[in-house]
Amino acid sequence: MFDLEKEFLYDLNKEVKTGTTVMAVTFKDGVIIAADSRTSSGSYAVNRVTDKLTPVHDQIYCLRSGSAADTQIISSYVSYYTNMFSIEEGSQPTVKKAAHMFREFLYQNKQYLHAAIICAGWDPIDGGSVYSLPLGGSIVKQPFATGGSGSTYLYGYCDMNFKENMTEEEAEKFVTYGITEAIARDGGSGGIVRKAIIDKNGVRRKTVYGNKLKKFWEK
Amino acid sequence: MSGIGTGYDLYPTTFSPDGRIFQVEYAHKAVENSSTAIGLCCKDGVVFGVEKIILSKMLVEGTNRRVFSVGEHIGIATAGLTADGKRIVQNARQEAKNYENFTSDIIPIHVLTERLSIYVQVFTLYNYIRPFGCSLMIGSYDEEKGPSLYCIEPDSVALGFYGCAIGKGKQEAKTEISKLKLSEMTCKDAVKEIAKILIKTVHDETKEKEMELEMSWVCKETKGKHKLVPKKLIEEAVEWVKGQENEED
Repeated sequence: MFDLEKEFLYDLNKEVKTGTTVMAVTFKDGVIIAADSRTSSGSYAVNRVTDKLTPVHDQIYCLRSGSAADTQIISSYVSYYTNMFSIEEGSQPTVKKAAHMFREFLYQNKQYLHAAIICAGWDPIDGGSVYSLPLGGSIVKQPFATGGSGSTYLYGYCDMNFKENMTEEEAEKFVTYGITEAIARDGGSGGIVRKAIIDKNGVRRKTVYGNKLKKFWEK
Repeated sequence: MSGIGTGYDLYPTTFSPDGRIFQVEYAHKAVENSSTAIGLCCKDGVVFGVEKIILSKMLVEGTNRRVFSVGEHIGIATAGLTADGKRIVQNARQEAKNYENFTSDIIPIHVLTERLSIYVQVFTLYNYIRPFGCSLMIGSYDEEKGPSLYCIEPDSVALGFYGCAIGKGKQEAKTEISKLKLSEMTCKDAVKEIAKILIKTVHDETKEKEMELEMSWVCKETKGKHKLVPKKLIEEAVEWVKGQENEED
């Protein structure tokens, strides 16, 4: 017998996950990161305007996918340590350092966590960098990275369209269209596209609202 | 026996009426009893030299180490109670390794120095553990930042130096060091100069037994890695010092 109440409550009590699409891409002057804005709990959209672009330091951001609680707590730990280290050392932290701190937390606690992170930013030593930290706690430096449930729909798109040393405009189009496509195809992704451009001058945040998202094949 | 600090010098937890902690000052005395160690910041690196008194002909050469490596890129030279020095170096090695594991970067020398300072300071706070009876010189070389040399004393004060000496003959050594043009000196020259100061100025041949030179460096030539100076170079330096003596006579 289908119990509406029981089914509905079960759904609401499911762990809050960011079924998600996130992307980070290096371009000539730095990195551009982008994400959708849906946080879901089962089939209920807990937040349709989530900000998944989480600052770790002035010019280092992370993109969170997987369990919302797990990724939030870890990025707050890494933010704490990068701040402490940069004060102790008197110099700006590198993206490499922040990414490796993420790795330490993700790997050492892998039994308890369901978290995947993309750590991206700009530092004076390596310029723009993107590090992908998937579920098991490994770390890979890449020219671009995608993550979340919607990223499965973007492998072909990214492989065909990515170029090294893109201009800012090209890179912005690349990520915006990517997230838009994933929102269209993935049920776990939706809402608006949030972007951040990180280069030597700092961080510029942009948003593309739902009605402005480009329509592709479907009308 | 009553000395200056009588009554106020039993524990590090007591200040004297004139604001001194005598136990920490006595720890300095322990350093002053030991043989001299010198550290020089040259234009392309840092060189350490230690005057090691050979207590017995039965001792193997190179035993009783006074310079240590921390990570690959930092060297520490000690004066005072060697065992205390080894304990601090142990702590330094742990700090360096933990930092590297966590951040995937090698520990910057000023961060390590700061942490060792804090560590040493803890032992000046309680009455059930004594302060360390040793001074340390910490040196490293970086392509961008250049050479760095720090010295931590038993009171935990860490200062940055261009040239430093610790131990029995530190006063004479410091006088000689101040005469050197360190910014123009290469590490190879520094090896000779340090040998000269230790053999001629600091070591008293009449009073003390034979000495052994232990020297190490971190420089451009070693690609920023802390290594013992090759034996050949030390022997050449000693020859050079003997030659200088003959010239002066």
